Formats: sequence, structure tokens, C-alpha cells
Amino acid sequence: MASRMKKEAPEIPAGSMADIAFLLLIFFLVTTTIASDKGILNILPPKQDPNVPPPDIQVNERNIFNILVNANDQLLVEGEFRDNTDGLTQDVKAFILNFGAPNEAAQAVYNGLPASLKALVGRDPASSDHPLSGGAVVSIKTNRGTSYERYLEVFDLVKRAYFEIYGERVGLTADEYRALTGENPGEAELIDRGKADIPMAISIAEPDKVGGE
Amino acid sequence: MAKFKKKNKASTAISVASLPDIVFMLLFFFMVTTVMREQDILVEQRLPQATQLQKLQKKTLISFLYIGEPRNRALYGTEPRIQANDALITPNDIVLWVNQEKDALSEAERDMITISLKVDREVKMGPVSDVQFELREADARRVLYASTQKLD
Repeated sequence: MASRMKKEAPEIPAGSMADIAFLLLIFFLVTTTIASDKGILNILPPKQDPNVPPPDIQVNERNIFNILVNANDQLLVEGEFRDNTDGLTQDVKAFILNFGAPNEAAQAVYNGLPASLKALVGRDPASSDHPLSGGAVVSIKTNRGTSYERYLEVFDLVKRAYFEIYGERVGLTADEYRALTGENPGEAELIDRGKADIPMAISIAEPDKVGGE
Repeated sequence: MAKFKKKNKASTAISVASLPDIVFMLLFFFMVTTVMREQDILVEQRLPQATQLQKLQKKTLISFLYIGEPRNRALYGTEPRIQANDALITPNDIVLWVNQEKDALSEAERDMITISLKVDREVKMGPVSDVQFELREADARRVLYASTQKLD
């Protein structure tokens, strides 16, 4: 009896296993959307209290790098008309790393820069005083008719200038610096050392309404 | 010549016994990485490209806002609209929506909420700045401009 039962137990054919697996595979291939949660981080300014007038911070004109984008996606960079964004990163870098009127703290920062960055440092008194807080500010002002794509391109290029400087200070490329997560103390230390004393001062001005949507 | 003939004689049937294993491995990979889309996107989504992308560590802190031209133009027109969760909303509803999203987070994490703005590249700055103004009002000031990697 027992032997007969054993004989009857049929072996399942495994030949079609691959086909089944392929079917499932194709289903998941089609439904998969690789979650993309990458992007450019921006911290908005705090909201304004209508009862409290905005703080009147005096920043010298020479300490602001003005980028205006109009409704036709044309740029006005420091009063100079441009049709494209070529070379914007270099200009922003030169502006940030200008030590026009350094104070003692700025001198210390300058001495700590690697030689490759020191080569970029300018002494133009008409440009920014120093890269420390209260020194260089990059201002981006758009129009309501500016395309989002152009705005993001400009913002991206300005951020790139900062990340290249941060990376260079710790001996990394901008891409490697951005990939640091800060999860372990070693990486956190690199991040802090990269951006120490050179805050990312990007000011996004409220877009003006002239010029149509 | 004889040498060549000898070589040709060797049987070259590839064993397919490990094929199911390979397929299963691929299958498990896709099963694990798959995120079922829990909501329909009602607006156009062609994200702009950028180079300086950053990845956020805590995914639970991210809430998504979609901005773009409605896909159903007959019903919603051609002006860019904002989508939160499953519905199209107006900028006035954003503060309420942000507070709902914040309530879903633990107390300590509420200030760290990040709004991922998935904005179509055709959208103008006007609607985007309206949304940003409302986000400032709602005190959700961390904004992530979702974009794809530009290859250069």
C-alpha cells in the first residue's frame, strides 16, 4: 500500500518554472518606478509678520552678486546682459572667493584655503569683501514669467560654485562632496570642514510681477 | 585542418538549468525595489534637469507637491495646477495640506518636514513662487526642487 502511494506521487515538472518567473519579472519591470527623491535643496526664508517691518540689514552693493532673469529667460548678471548661462559658475566662484576688504577672521580663512583655491582668490576692492557671513551674497531675482527650468538652471549653477569650493577645501570633487551623508563622524567632519566659515548665502528675491505671466 | 575539426566536435550546448535562478534573482530585485504608485498624477510631469542633486536621508519627511499643466485639459483647463495627494488644490489650500502632513509626523520631526516640489519644466515662476509663499506661511521652509541628473 505504502509503496503504491509513493509511486503515485507525481513529480511536478519544473520546466515551466522559468516561464512563470519571466511573467512575474515582466510584470514588475513594467510596474516599477524607481523612486526618485533627488533634487536641489532650498531653505525658504521665514515668513514675514505684517506687524513687524522686515529687518533693515545694510549690505554693501559690492557684496551682492545680482542675477536677474527676465520673462524671456535672459539674464542680467551684475548689470551685464547675457543670453546664456555659460561661465556663470566661474563668475560666482570668483565673486565668493574675492577678499576685497578682509578682516582678521577672513584672513584666517584665506590662510586655511588649499593652494588651488588660493589661485582663484581675487583682491578686487569693487567686489565682495570676504566670503564669510556678512560678506558675499548671491541674489537671484526672477520674474513671474521666467520659466522654472531657467530658474532652476541658474540656482543649480550657483549651488555648484559653492559645492566646488566646499569640495576643494577637503580635497574632493563637488560630486563627492554632495554624496557625503554625514551618517558617520568622519563624513560629518568632512562636511563641516568644507563649509566652515563660508555659508551658502543665496538669496532668492520675490519675483516681480511686471512683464506678464 | 584536423585540429580545427577536432575542436568543432566539442559539444557546445549551454546548460539552461540555472536560468530560473537568474530570473528569480532579477525578479526579487524588482520586487524589492518596486514602489507601487499609490496615486495618479493628474498634471504633466517632465522634471527639469540639474547637476547639483542631493538625496535626503529620511524619506518619511518628504511630502510631494506636483505642479504642472493638467493632463485632463477638457476638465481643468491649461493653466498650471497644483496637485497634493490625489486632488488638485488651489494655493489657498496649501497651508491646510501642510498641517495635515505635519500631523502625520512625530512631534520632533515636524520642523524637519521637506516639501518636494515636482514641477513641470514648462511652468513659469509665477505659480511656483505662489506655492513657496504659502509654504513660508505654513512654516514648511525646507523645499526640494525635484529634478533629474543632467549628464554633461
